[in-house]
Amino acid sequence: MAADSCSWFSALAVGVSLLKCFFISAYRSTDFEVHRNWLAITHSLPVSRWYYENTSEWTLDYPPLFAWFEFGLSQVARSFDANMLQVENLNYASPATVLFQRLSVIVTDVVFIYAARECCRCVREPKGSRDILSQPSFVLAVLLLWNFGLLLVDHIHFQYNGFLFGFLLLSVAKHLQSQHLQGALLFAFLLNLKHIYLYVAPAYGVYLLRSYCFTQDNKDGSIRWSSFSLLRLLALGAIVTSVCALSFGPFIAMGQLPQVLSRLFPFKRGLCHAYWAPNIWALYNVLDKTLAVLGVRLKLLEEAELPLASMTGGLVQEFEHSVLPSVTPAVTLVCTLLSILPAAASIWLRPRGARGFLRCLLLCALGSFMFGWHVHEKAILIAILPLSILAVENREDAGIFLILTTTGHYSLFPLLFTPAELPFKVALMLMFSIFSFTALRKLHSAQGFLLHPLEVIYLLGLVAVAIACEVVFPLSPWQQRLPFLPLLVTSVYCAMGVCYAFLRLYASLLLQREDKPKLL
Amino acid sequence: MQTWSLVSICVLLSIIARWGVSLNSYSGAGKPLMFGDYEAQRHWQEVTYNLPIQEWYFNTTNNDLNYWGLDYPPLTAYHSWICAYLAKTINPEWVELHKSRGYESTQHKLFMRTTVLVADLLIYIPAVVLYCLYLTDGSSKKKVSVMFCFLLYPGLILIDYGHFQYNGVSLGFALWGILALGLGWDVLGSMAFSLALNYKQMELYHALPFFCYLLGKCIKTGLMGRGLFLLVRVGVTVLATFALCWLPFLAEPSQAMQVVRRIFPVARGLFEDKVANTWCSLNTLIKIRSILSGDSQLYLSLACTLLAVLPSCIRLLTKPTFWHFKLALVNSSLAFFLFSFQVHEKSILLAALPACLLLNDLPLMALWFLQASTFSMLPLFLKDGLLVPYIVTSLGFLFFSIYLLSALDHCSEDKLRLGAYNKLFYWVLKMDLAFIVRWKFYISIAAMVGLSIAAAVLIAPPHLPDLFPVLISTTAFLHFLGTFIHFNVVQFSEPPSRKSQKKSN
Repeated sequence: MAADSCSWFSALAVGVSLLKCFFISAYRSTDFEVHRNWLAITHSLPVSRWYYENTSEWTLDYPPLFAWFEFGLSQVARSFDANMLQVENLNYASPATVLFQRLSVIVTDVVFIYAARECCRCVREPKGSRDILSQPSFVLAVLLLWNFGLLLVDHIHFQYNGFLFGFLLLSVAKHLQSQHLQGALLFAFLLNLKHIYLYVAPAYGVYLLRSYCFTQDNKDGSIRWSSFSLLRLLALGAIVTSVCALSFGPFIAMGQLPQVLSRLFPFKRGLCHAYWAPNIWALYNVLDKTLAVLGVRLKLLEEAELPLASMTGGLVQEFEHSVLPSVTPAVTLVCTLLSILPAAASIWLRPRGARGFLRCLLLCALGSFMFGWHVHEKAILIAILPLSILAVENREDAGIFLILTTTGHYSLFPLLFTPAELPFKVALMLMFSIFSFTALRKLHSAQGFLLHPLEVIYLLGLVAVAIACEVVFPLSPWQQRLPFLPLLVTSVYCAMGVCYAFLRLYASLLLQREDKPKLL
Repeated sequence: MQTWSLVSICVLLSIIARWGVSLNSYSGAGKPLMFGDYEAQRHWQEVTYNLPIQEWYFNTTNNDLNYWGLDYPPLTAYHSWICAYLAKTINPEWVELHKSRGYESTQHKLFMRTTVLVADLLIYIPAVVLYCLYLTDGSSKKKVSVMFCFLLYPGLILIDYGHFQYNGVSLGFALWGILALGLGWDVLGSMAFSLALNYKQMELYHALPFFCYLLGKCIKTGLMGRGLFLLVRVGVTVLATFALCWLPFLAEPSQAMQVVRRIFPVARGLFEDKVANTWCSLNTLIKIRSILSGDSQLYLSLACTLLAVLPSCIRLLTKPTFWHFKLALVNSSLAFFLFSFQVHEKSILLAALPACLLLNDLPLMALWFLQASTFSMLPLFLKDGLLVPYIVTSLGFLFFSIYLLSALDHCSEDKLRLGAYNKLFYWVLKMDLAFIVRWKFYISIAAMVGLSIAAAVLIAPPHLPDLFPVLISTTAFLHFLGTFIHFNVVQFSEPPSRKSQKKSN
């Protein structure tokens, strides 16, 4: 095998790109139609109509730069099949359309591949030449490029996350390389491509303000107010404002800003998505349900007084709690902010370089995932992907990574419910898990085991849950009576793992004195 | 990383590739009245499930042999019968007599594809894994690399999971046979190979090397002593396996004769469609089929095949080592493919399997031939709507076999086993043969890519409707002929490295 790093990286990239092509004719979710519709809107309507068009129910609800991205794609789409660019052609999916849309995801993933390359360059390599397969940069490349969640969500379910995560990881890599302005520019672009990344914006804000705008620290690590550099702050401000102006400027000029914002932030949706993301609210819902059932059993509650349809959980968007108080968007916002606060305060008080920032970013992502309003299960990827970087450097993080990825990835299983895709999700998940477990174990073999025996038992329980939900349940009589039971079990079981990983990650930030990974 | 994790990752990847191809269309999808191989397999399930075993191979009111009549040996029929039972429990409509003809639905496709995957997981994939782990030399990383390329050979995946057939079963049994012979378990090997023969009669392409290897081994150990004992044991095993497979048909001689007649349809012509063998390629120059009568065509092809097989078989008989056995398998199956009667384009898979065995020893030549064999089936893939998976699997195979096996890094004359050419033609001594081979490889890949694009994109001129299929089959034929000659030369030259001798002992 050729030893130079360029060749193995390109082999991994080519391999995964070809693998993605196998999913071209696989199942695709309604997101496929969402993006086709956006292609049509941006191609055939003037800019002023983009955020008003509502022929399809899937209206444009991403920020303007993403709309321009779709506009760019639509120029190429014309030569595949011009009919997909008509707004009235709802649910249009000719073979050429499918091919184009699938290939567009695969090709725009080049950004992600480049970002992964940059991240691999930032990894601290241990001294002494070792087998390629157990070099941290190789392991990281596989963990990023061959990430199960990304393959599932982007290339089967259909979305453009790879391209967007490319921006996020590239910006993280730039911070790791101390090129803060580039990092800030990339993040500003990312925010204007998809606003879900606002969740991690606090980490960026605090870090840049503390570690970039203040050039020096006191000897004890506390802030030296006199070292504030106005020039740096202005540079950062100029970058962010100009990107936002580029994106939102035209719409502000046309006086459409309220309309655009109302599309971007729809608060009409419920606390939880149709399928509960594995977060605090899933546990809260289940606790509520258990209390209600117990209450009825113990005759403390009248069954007639309880809200209807509380056991069909899965499909109801507006979920009414029967015992515990109902949760409003404001409550979730407060919870989210409270969960992020200690992390932000920690890197403000004791900055620990770019790796501390990365840890804070992860906590922001996980905190908002845990407590956010109407969180999608896919959002777990915002935490999983950047955590890969820490996992190859630090044994403690590797353990957290294994728990978080295994539970987070498994919680994506219900996204694909068609029997034809079952082999894909099982094989991909097994492949990724086998690799991450064996490779990380090898990487940190000198420092003992990665997981506590109890953690291992918990993760093995996931196998039992998987078999029960995917094989046993469809054959059992409960299939008719409680059709949403597997979804409920999956999200609750995974929620425990995600919560645990969140707490451990928090502990690692707050308790760690210096973020120096021990290496061989 | 431990070997087991690398192996399981390879196997999982190959499952994903297989399943990815299987989501595409199959032969004869939505094409009444005859449909294609997919319907043939479904129809066999229908026939074997509903009719008594005595009627399976006979033309009766309930069994119209003109509509995809059963023409494979009994094991295939039993396999169909088992699948039919599963089909019946899931949805009885799938195998209902007469009424299910041309049945197509998403669920049924899923079922059929699953049966292929299950058969592969049970027979073919374990054989490949064990072969690579036990019978290839090199580091464990090298073994896994070979396994990866072996499992991802596009031709077999596209035919089994795209076009729809169960080649993995017969090839898998043959591979189990090869594996057992390589490990020295001759009796088990001959049993596995007998099963392969009873699954698909095309496995006869491999029969002569098996026979010669075992016979040669018997002679070597002494025909009077232990050799004779081995010969008897092997003979009894083969006869017993055959008898067991044919048991229901042995009660009446007419039954057995009818099965044989169905399996060997000599009444069909020298060749059909465009196939990359000698007769079809000669046809562009001389119209053999109009010159010769049917019988003389049969004898001519028989004579040519025997002549082509003979050298490598005699060599194997005198030197019954595993190395020669592998080469003889390629040579014999290629000889059959190039010269025998009624060859299908899919039969090149029989030569591809032993070529995969040589991926470790002769990487460049093996992968070159394997790529050409996939390319030769392009017209079929285009007809079945498998262009995208063809492109993806071929690119993947080409890239990874060159990269992982470092096929282009080590192409010295010695590595390519070109020494014999220097002896044969003294005048080429001065030329750098390895250099020429490498350029020939590049040019041939470019030609295949060009022809693939042309066949997929361009429309043939009206007066030459078969232009691209003929060009493709002729190009592929030249590759096959070249491979055939080369591997014969390699077999007759001394095994140069010590490694291959060590392996054979």
